[in-house]
Amino acid sequence: MATRHDTAALPSKGGAAPGRPSKGSAPMDKDQRRRAKLSRRWQRDMRWSPYAFVSPFFLLFIAFGLFPLLYTGWASLHQVELTAPTDMSWVGLKNYTRIFDDEFFWNAAQNTLTIGIIATVPQLLIAMGIAHILNYKLRASTFYRVAMLAPYATSIASASLVFVLLFGYDYGMINWALDFVGIDPVDWQGEKWPSQFAVSSIIIWRWTGYNALIYLAAMQAIPQDLYESAALDGASRWKQFIHVTLPSLRPTILFTVVVSTIGASQVFGEPLLFDANKGASGGAEHQFQTLGLYLYEQGWVNQHLGRASAIAWTMFAILIVIGIINQLISRRLRASS
Amino acid sequence: MRARTLPLSRQRSGGGKPIARKALAIAAVVSLGTGLLAGCADDGGSDGDGSSSDSEGKTKITMGLFGTFGYEEAGLYAEYEKLNPDIKIEQTVVERNENYYPALLNHLTTNSGLMDVQAIEIANIAEVVGTQADKFVDMSKAEGVDKKNWLEWKWEQATTKDGQTVGLGTDVGPMAICYRKDLFEKAGLPTDRAEVGKLWAGDWNKFIETGEKYKKKAGDDTFFMDSPGGLLNAVLSSEKEKFYDASGEVIYKSNPAVKAAFDLTAEAAEKGLVQSQTQFQPAWDTTIANSKFATVACPPWMLGTIKAKSQPDAAGKWDVAVAPKSGNWGGSFLGVPKSGKNVEEAQKLVAWLTAPEQQAKLFKVQGSFPSTPGAYDSPEVTGAKNEMTGDSPIGEIFSEAAKQIPVQVIGPKDQIIQQGLTDNGVILVTKGKSAKEAWETATKTIDNNLDK
Repeated sequence: MATRHDTAALPSKGGAAPGRPSKGSAPMDKDQRRRAKLSRRWQRDMRWSPYAFVSPFFLLFIAFGLFPLLYTGWASLHQVELTAPTDMSWVGLKNYTRIFDDEFFWNAAQNTLTIGIIATVPQLLIAMGIAHILNYKLRASTFYRVAMLAPYATSIASASLVFVLLFGYDYGMINWALDFVGIDPVDWQGEKWPSQFAVSSIIIWRWTGYNALIYLAAMQAIPQDLYESAALDGASRWKQFIHVTLPSLRPTILFTVVVSTIGASQVFGEPLLFDANKGASGGAEHQFQTLGLYLYEQGWVNQHLGRASAIAWTMFAILIVIGIINQLISRRLRASS
Repeated sequence: MRARTLPLSRQRSGGGKPIARKALAIAAVVSLGTGLLAGCADDGGSDGDGSSSDSEGKTKITMGLFGTFGYEEAGLYAEYEKLNPDIKIEQTVVERNENYYPALLNHLTTNSGLMDVQAIEIANIAEVVGTQADKFVDMSKAEGVDKKNWLEWKWEQATTKDGQTVGLGTDVGPMAICYRKDLFEKAGLPTDRAEVGKLWAGDWNKFIETGEKYKKKAGDDTFFMDSPGGLLNAVLSSEKEKFYDASGEVIYKSNPAVKAAFDLTAEAAEKGLVQSQTQFQPAWDTTIANSKFATVACPPWMLGTIKAKSQPDAAGKWDVAVAPKSGNWGGSFLGVPKSGKNVEEAQKLVAWLTAPEQQAKLFKVQGSFPSTPGAYDSPEVTGAKNEMTGDSPIGEIFSEAAKQIPVQVIGPKDQIIQQGLTDNGVILVTKGKSAKEAWETATKTIDNNLDK
């Protein structure tokens, strides 16, 4: 970019000093010297100020993105404690190799996967349904759209705290309702699947509206005449949805799947706040501890920065693998269409 | 989610005065750059310019606290400022120690952003003494500080092996048993505090036996005790050694006292004597409001918790009896980091705030029990009463308990170990797991958490 500015500046340089003086000519008069100085400045300005303009992003990125990333990598090769972060002792790849037989890590990985599936699949299906309904002409449609987005605008903390109360064992509203229809109370905290379902429900509640709005926007971009011709061919509403809406939404669906997958692999706040013990172990038997939560527990509760860094990088690697798989699937989908 | 950065697709078009533009560019870069640096450097410090005096020329002492110390509420800052007109005190309070302590550690290890006075919770004092002592001033050498003023074990907790004291004790938590007189009466148990104390004097097993008697009469409506964590904590805190031995080795798995405390709590859980609750959680709060349990291990500050969570009609229905064995639960220290701006003045302030007279005043307002026996004879303590316990002389009961607390060996990771035994251990027994399974889950979790 800078070089292009440079070349763009050249004509103006020539223009600013008409009748260029030859190099060996008599002492330059004041005006000429001033002009030359100006022109040098102008040149430097053209060369460097674009960098200055983009520098804030890069400075911020280096300070808060790149440096922590690299430092985490460096720390992951050491035994470091939060009590003395500068006092590192080299352990090589030990922090990585130990992950292979760290049952808590794999438990967390499994929980992340299952919570991710329980949360993402229904979430996207519901979002699709809601978007489809909102796509019809409705009274007060803006109201519904805003209402859909309201959970997204709520903080995770307050939402999770309310869900903790709803899912309480003795005084929770959900168990009270279950009791009403004659079902025994469910231990939403202590048992594995109920607790994962409960955590997932917070995620579903929070993100469904967001995805619905994305679907809705994409639906509204589908040309109306496609539906008209489908209707002329005698396609029912359901057939129209299957054969017109869904194929047109394919790139959007792909986008939401990718974003939700990334979000699901980083789930942290919901399980942390859902834990009645306010600990980071994700329940008494780690039944809903996700990878993000395990990372936090190792780093901040147990103060093992080296181990936590290794977990972070392993998560990163797993995410990259997921990203590649996503890419492959989407390429195949695109090819088949 | 990450913010996406848009590509800079537009190029600058010509026009405008170059010098002015350049000046603008430099100004932008400089201001953004300094903003960035300031953002890094100025965390925690209340005044960015580094001066410690305000416009009136007063020396400002900053206090970094967590929770509710109550100095301001008890008017102690105002009193000190009156005594020392050129001092101004400013406090910064973080609500939960879980959030305060990691930040304090960060500030200590980087030696920046520290306040003149920093509070340290008892759960962290061993770690601070062990790893951060060189960052703190030796308070034993401060003016007007006499070791003999404090309870011996309190002083020792904050003192390194070579005799440096990193912080002065504020309050302690001598533990008694708070019990509901009305529920005890219904269950056919005595209600007088001396007789209740005799039921289990000297032996936690007798406490469980009393619980069984209680359950026979009371049935399933109410529980004998509030939570497995509360019981485990109470038993453990009356031991001389729990998780570490005197040389600093982790011995929690081999220490018979820990296993005995765990098994006793598990037994109580299996017999349905304790609620399946975790202390200080909303559901546990609800059981206070609904009068669902008859006893709770009870340092003075617990009465404040009970009062805050109870219905009004519970006032006066509680009483305090001596625990089977005395232990300590809670308490804090005030330390002065060496890198503070007003080390001398801060030391004087800390010495004053932790002196017996001030601790007695604080007890009256805040219920934080003094760590200085000299305060136990003061009218504030001897005449103390609590709304929840009616006319009971709680000050005398707690003073007596405080004097009998053993000098306990504490270690840097006590909190992690105890949390593991509670949240990943005994609570499982209340949910139907066997004591053996619970112990295995707990020890596996703890070992993984301790492993560096």
